[in-house]
Amino acid sequence: MRAFTFERASSVEAAAKSVASNPDARFIAGGTNLLDLMKLEIETPTHLIDVNGLGLDKIEATTDGGLRIGALVRNTDLAAHETVRRDYGLLSRALVAGASGQLRNKATTSGNLLQRTRCPYFYDTNQPCNKRQPGSGCSALGGISRQLGVMGVSEACIATHPSDMAVAMRALDAVVETVKPDGTIRSVKIEDFHRLPGDTPHIETVLERGEFITAVSLPPPVGGRHIYRKVRDRASYAFALVSVGAIIQSDGKGRVAVGGVAHKPWRLEAADVELPKGAKAASGALLAGSRPTEQNKFKIDLVERTLGAVISEARG
Amino acid sequence: MKFETPAKTNPIDNLKVVGQPIHRIDGELKTTGRAMYAYEWHDPNLHYAYGYPLGSSIAKGRIKSMDVAAAEAAPGVMSVVTTLSVGELGKGKLNTAKLFGGDEIQHYHQAIAVVVAETFEQARAAASLIKVEYQEESGTFDLAEAKMSAVKPKDTDGAPPDTAVGDFDGAFYAAAVSMDETYTTPDQSHSMMEPHASIALWHGDELTVWTSSQMIDWWRSDLATTLGIDKEKIHMMSPFIGGGFGGKLFLRSDAVLAAIAAKATGRPVKVALPRPLLVNNTTHRPATIQRIRIGADKSGMITAIGHESWSGDLPGGGPETAVMQTRLLYAGENRMTAMRLAELNLPEGNAMRAPGEAPGLMALEIAIDEMAEKLGLDPIEFRILNDTQVDPEKPERPFSHRNLVGCLKLGAERFGWNDRKKPGARREGNWLIGLGVAAGFRNNLVMPSGARVRLGNDGVVNVETDMTDIGTGSYTIIAQTAAEMMGVAVDKVGVHLGDSRFPISAGSGGQFGANSATSGVYAACVKLREAVAMRLGFNSDDVVFENGEVRSGNRSVPLAAAAGAEGLVGEDTMEWGDLTDTHQQSTFGAHFVEVGVDLATGETRVRRMLAVCAAGRIINPITARSQVIGAMTMGVGLALFEELAVDTRRGFFVNHDLASYEVPVHADIPYQEVIFLDETDPMSSPMKAKGVGELGLCGVSAAIANAIYNATGVRVRDYPITLDKVIGDLPEVA
Ligand SMILES: Cc1cc2nc3c(=O)[nH]c(=O)nc-3n(C[C@H](O)[C@H](O)[C@H](O)COP(=O)(O)OP(=O)(O)OC[C@H]3O[C@@H](n4cnc5c(N)ncnc54)[C@H](O)[C@@H]3O)c2cc1C
Ligand code: SF4
Repeated sequence: MRAFTFERASSVEAAAKSVASNPDARFIAGGTNLLDLMKLEIETPTHLIDVNGLGLDKIEATTDGGLRIGALVRNTDLAAHETVRRDYGLLSRALVAGASGQLRNKATTSGNLLQRTRCPYFYDTNQPCNKRQPGSGCSALGGISRQLGVMGVSEACIATHPSDMAVAMRALDAVVETVKPDGTIRSVKIEDFHRLPGDTPHIETVLERGEFITAVSLPPPVGGRHIYRKVRDRASYAFALVSVGAIIQSDGKGRVAVGGVAHKPWRLEAADVELPKGAKAASGALLAGSRPTEQNKFKIDLVERTLGAVISEARG
Repeated sequence: MKFETPAKTNPIDNLKVVGQPIHRIDGELKTTGRAMYAYEWHDPNLHYAYGYPLGSSIAKGRIKSMDVAAAEAAPGVMSVVTTLSVGELGKGKLNTAKLFGGDEIQHYHQAIAVVVAETFEQARAAASLIKVEYQEESGTFDLAEAKMSAVKPKDTDGAPPDTAVGDFDGAFYAAAVSMDETYTTPDQSHSMMEPHASIALWHGDELTVWTSSQMIDWWRSDLATTLGIDKEKIHMMSPFIGGGFGGKLFLRSDAVLAAIAAKATGRPVKVALPRPLLVNNTTHRPATIQRIRIGADKSGMITAIGHESWSGDLPGGGPETAVMQTRLLYAGENRMTAMRLAELNLPEGNAMRAPGEAPGLMALEIAIDEMAEKLGLDPIEFRILNDTQVDPEKPERPFSHRNLVGCLKLGAERFGWNDRKKPGARREGNWLIGLGVAAGFRNNLVMPSGARVRLGNDGVVNVETDMTDIGTGSYTIIAQTAAEMMGVAVDKVGVHLGDSRFPISAGSGGQFGANSATSGVYAACVKLREAVAMRLGFNSDDVVFENGEVRSGNRSVPLAAAAGAEGLVGEDTMEWGDLTDTHQQSTFGAHFVEVGVDLATGETRVRRMLAVCAAGRIINPITARSQVIGAMTMGVGLALFEELAVDTRRGFFVNHDLASYEVPVHADIPYQEVIFLDETDPMSSPMKAKGVGELGLCGVSAAIANAIYNATGVRVRDYPITLDKVIGDLPEVA
């Protein structure tokens, strides 16, 4: 870990400006991802801006009947919130499937969205990795790739986004609210928020330098059965091999987002349309054009089977 | 004392303290954070400096140059010692790869520098500023590829690499029923909680080291060799160890780097290996490829049994001895075993969690399950049918005591084995349910073990031995042994461990610790009892030590009074005669497991576990049970997810942290039941006890594999049994 200076932000605008003016500055929220990365020198900021004290830790109803989640709301609090549990059960279930109780007590909404991949080569600074060091190559291609992506992958990177929470937010059509350093506010649909790796896997979202997440808002509840099924080798405290987040209505229609397969939570309108026909059809549409490796091709089958179980649970 | 003839009745048989369920005497220190682990030693009068190691970023080659200017100039840095600047160092007798010194790189993350600074953070930050230029060489990293070039190894822990009895080939081909399958186990990591850590301090030419070591004397000797100093100049302490599992049997780089860094700076220096270095800098259990062939007649009697195993290691290393149990576990007139060793340039392979038997049984006990099915026999019945009371390779050598059959029968009854259905036939909701069984087997090793016992004029007995407690309960069972021998309560015994100033003990490993070290304490107590009797003028043959008193005939004296003003001391080392040659000493068990396999995802979750153990006298049922359930937990890990992923291009284990090398978490472990058969083994020691810790692991993983087969009808022969190896053959999801 490199030495760094530390600042407690006085306002959202000041925080955004501070990061914008210093290329080696980062926001720090719960710190559960950033600090680990700093210890391994995968991230080497020289200045940290603590954004925990800005009052962004509230969950409020919106006028259109939705919910606005402050960026600094802890994962534990979000999962336990009454409205979330009642109307957005998928989100609550996805959150508690992630990490551990202690981590969720620290982890925040914005930090969770921005957590970085768990590709093992990303964590070893001796190894080439385009995401960590652009242009150095991708060690996972031809290497150990069991955990990694099968959809939207590129020659430069096949990493996945590891968040459970984001999968639920994708299915719920969440919107990310931000403030830019110049004070402009914008709303980014979750589907547009994370990028595919392409040639620039080190650029993971559409956020601009210094752009600060203030909240994530959810549209009014859509009803239906909310099921989050996370598949992993051990029973707890492990990232998903794949996860399926689905909202299924009584007529069999619904939506499905999948984790553990791509650089972003993976959902396609075309697959949602197929849902009433069953898992084979929906997963076929969802994973059309997949590019798995020898080590992770099982994910194709696994998504279909898991979705099958989710659909029958929704019916039963 | 030399143990040469089977134990007769002795004071241990009173079982007033030994055999009782006594809670750990060091438990309170641990739960209140007062047990000092290596890195935590803190003398307020000492001004510690912090060393941070740098590991090689290539697997094989040479270092051409190292530029340390930036690191030396970094804030707080006192010294940067590199593998080049330190020159060639010695290599410990028990180390395969050298730990530090010289320009040769033998494996990934080999230590190549230590940066010493005022704070840990400064040392860590500076370490990354070192620039290294390598001359990289190509290496061999893939066991499957290297298998063809594997050779008969020289060093196999004193056992021959190959054995053969009768005409295996002839009998195998002639057998009415036979099987021939290949199994694989991956490279595995100890992954204990406490990383390797040491603090070193020099006074002139005398070196003091606080460390985390299972074997004080091995470490001390090899540290002396590595540094080229006299062993007597080293004082080594390791009173508490946060797990080792074999990873702390042999000297590691933390102690070497701390000693060198302390020398360079004149300060006491703390060095802990960062978690990512644990995997590739230290040792691991090597992967195996195992071929098993079994032939039997129609009645199920084994007529031919063959087990071959291939593993790899660095030049000069040894094989994973995976065939050992097959030499002893089942009858059969025609038999063969063979081990072959390939040269690999991965980090050093070495002992981990029941070396040999753990991976050996992972294969053998699936094979037995497969064979039973072919024969149409229940797997328990098949095992009982082929039980042997003698070493099947040398029938003139009986087992000292063997009750595998008792374990299997009692376990079957308690576990409800008869409820087992045909493969794939039991379903509860989304779960396919299956039961599995495997035999547990692990040899009982004995090692010379010394102790010193002091009796004070307060009647308190203090035991000193360099024995270690790696979380196993050594403190407690040693206290029980001394209490029983001296006729006092456990709270009148002080136990002092893990210090090179104390007599050399067995140390902790190979499940030899408990039986050997308590026997050493027994021997020292015999000496002390003689000294007490002599002082009191008692005839030592009829003296009784009981309730804090010494009695002879109708005379009775408080033990404290016998001590006199200066106290009395007894010191001895237990040594071993040839009973381990004339008799085969082993421990036995039966492992029963119920699993659920998710019909859709193929995830396996263990639902119930039972171990029945026959391991001689159980010195303390609480600590023994803790050993066994911990071992069963490891068996779950090895069966279901533990695997070091090898990058065969760059030659290293990629998943070098606890997020990616998965060991079981609480949610993976169901209720575990352990039953110890009530038995003693007078051939093993005056304690009549044997090892038990590693027995708890041996067989568990195969029982899980067999349960998965019973649940699903899918036979997986490559560990770990992850869902991707199962789902392809599961029924369609409704
Ligand atoms: C052992 C372990 C296991 C885990 N298991 C899981 C799991 O199973 N599933 C899962 O989903 N996650 C898991 N996680 C990840 C965990 O969810 C994330 O670490 C956590 O959500 C990150 O939140 P944080 O607030 O601590 O982020 P931080 O570490 O503080 O920040 C992460 C990044 O977000 C940026 N950032 C934070 N807030 C803002 C903001 N408001 N605006 C702009 N940028 C911002 C920071 O600059 C930083 O780059 C695990 C983590 C660990 C350590
Ligand atoms: S997959 Fe992406 S993160 Fe992993 S090594 Fe390749 S570039 Fe790096």
